[in-house]
Amino acid sequence: MDPFVKLTGVVAPLDRVNIDTDQIIPAIFLKRIERSGFEDCLFFSWRFNEDGSPKSDFVLNQPAYQNASVIVAGHNFGCGSSREHAPWALRDYGIRCVIAPSFADIFFNNCFKNGVLPLQMSEEDVQAIMDKATSKPGVNLTVDLEGQRVWDEDEEISFPFEVDPARRHNLLNGLDDIGLTLQLEDKITSYEASRGL
Amino acid sequence: MPPKTMFEKIWDAHVVHEEPGEPAVIYIDLHLVHEVTSPQAFDGLRMAGRPVRRTDLTVATADHNTPTWDLSIPVADQISQAQLEALSRNCEEFGVTLYDRFSPLQGIVHIIGPDLGYTQPGKTVVCGDSHTSTHGALGAFAVGIGTSEVEHVLATQTLRQFKPLTMEVRVDGTLPPGVTGKDIILGVIGRIGVNGGTGHVIEYTGEAIRSLSMDGRMTVCNMSIEAGARAGMIAPDETTFEYVRGRQFAPQGAEFDAAVERWRQLPTDPGATYDKTEIFNASEMVPYVTWGTNPGMVAPITGQVPDPSSFEEASQREAAARALQYMDLAPGTPIQDIKIDRIFVGACTNARLEDLRAAAEVVRGRKVHPDVYAMVVPGSAKIKAEAEEEGLDRIFTEAGLDWRVAGCSMCLGMNPDILSPGQRCAATSNRNFEGRQGKGGRTHLVSPAMAAAAAVAGHFVDVRDL
Ligand code: SF4
Repeated sequence: MDPFVKLTGVVAPLDRVNIDTDQIIPAIFLKRIERSGFEDCLFFSWRFNEDGSPKSDFVLNQPAYQNASVIVAGHNFGCGSSREHAPWALRDYGIRCVIAPSFADIFFNNCFKNGVLPLQMSEEDVQAIMDKATSKPGVNLTVDLEGQRVWDEDEEISFPFEVDPARRHNLLNGLDDIGLTLQLEDKITSYEASRGL
Repeated sequence: MPPKTMFEKIWDAHVVHEEPGEPAVIYIDLHLVHEVTSPQAFDGLRMAGRPVRRTDLTVATADHNTPTWDLSIPVADQISQAQLEALSRNCEEFGVTLYDRFSPLQGIVHIIGPDLGYTQPGKTVVCGDSHTSTHGALGAFAVGIGTSEVEHVLATQTLRQFKPLTMEVRVDGTLPPGVTGKDIILGVIGRIGVNGGTGHVIEYTGEAIRSLSMDGRMTVCNMSIEAGARAGMIAPDETTFEYVRGRQFAPQGAEFDAAVERWRQLPTDPGATYDKTEIFNASEMVPYVTWGTNPGMVAPITGQVPDPSSFEEASQREAAARALQYMDLAPGTPIQDIKIDRIFVGACTNARLEDLRAAAEVVRGRKVHPDVYAMVVPGSAKIKAEAEEEGLDRIFTEAGLDWRVAGCSMCLGMNPDILSPGQRCAATSNRNFEGRQGKGGRTHLVSPAMAAAAAVAGHFVDVRDL
């Protein structure tokens, strides 16, 4: 997994609540057996017309936001399915951080496994970032996971944030859980023995 | 010992390793695998040269991509076929039991787990699928996981999890006739909202829950994830034990009796507390219909499409307005005036035998409305055979409903069963997100009896009036 340490990039406002995984990537694109190449599937129905042309009113299709690497959104981002294709599609498109006041559990968890930072912040802070991203299209945001702070290029807003230390450590170092757990092999084996499994 | 909730008992019994500030390492008793969320996990194992640690605790089936037409017709979609073949290859290479499209034990993963006796009280169950919460109906702790975690469980038979909070959803009283498990859960989500359970494991308690059959309990637990919950569970009781007894992969004979003794220890101790509790009264519940684009947008069958301006928060007003636009509905429209193009009875929410019986009961001797195309998709090959034994298939086909082979079908729009843009469907599935049943399709979630009644009338009707 790619580590996530510090990122500076355009922040795109997606001012909706309950953005579900079927919107992030519709099921029709889950047939592929690869782990990458999902960038064109991201927000497919919101991004493209029937004939495949981009919908000009969708935020990521507007020139200022096209290269966004951060999304700021409403409550309960990523609700719905467990499909890891959702963070894959974000990552493949170039979105490495989603900022929202709350996230759905499975999506939240899946992000950390793929070098995408789901950043849960207070409603007020999220709103301030949303307002800035809307009023100054294309504004850069810096997300510093090491220093646990976000700020915009004008340094008009600057907020500290919290990320669970264990998850932060893994993301900073790009660590793979499986390797860590396999170091506990003895414990797993003795647990199995204790239950006669 | 301090009193514990059922969840805490199961959790504590499965902790392999724990360190402060770190997620616990939890042992997994049953890992269910399907074709969509597993190929990248098997690839990961292959690249790292790792085996599947416990093939005996791992079971796979093909359900999401599989067409529901006759098995003699090949899968037309090349990419779907490739994904199905990848599952077969992976299971063969890693030694995992697979019930493929042609197996008599094939079916929707959350239907076959309990139905074949794999899912049992007290077990930890995972699957790369959010509706794994279904299995909690037997008194198991069952969670949906992503593909990285699928790989983790395949390699280690454990899952790293932060301990969730607990939430009690108590449904007191007696359900009125015509009101089902589906209506309970729609009513619950309608009130607590689609993130009302986030971070929590819901335990459903109360008289109305106790009096549900196992099939009804599974419907309730299935949709826990639609309230944002990590899992849903219901304490095992005589109904549970009788359900598990005799199933193919359940303990048999003396082993079963010994297991029942253990399972009796699982229910939440008197005096144990939950992090939060929500109380409902079953006697106030009615058949519900969703009007919007998430499962919390729920109205009683006797009600109307709400006016977005009636919501308190700005974000809710915007979401409701956007939903009504997508659904092409005007505020104030009586729910019973909404006309339907298609009916889907199926999905892991409502494709068990009791669901099929309820739908058949409504359409028996009636005819599907000429403007409606209706299909019934049993949840597994075994349930299909059982339904046919009872003659349910003939009731459906005589009434003009299509009777299909088992699979996820039109629940999720990734196999040939999809809505066309603009089509409106009464569905017994669990998600009404934009495009869930096919791009531009409009989904209303209902119980099987309500879907069947709409099939006959061509619009929603109150099943209690039939
Ligand atoms: S029936 Fe629907 S919800 Fe259930 S597993 Fe299949 S796609 Fe998922």
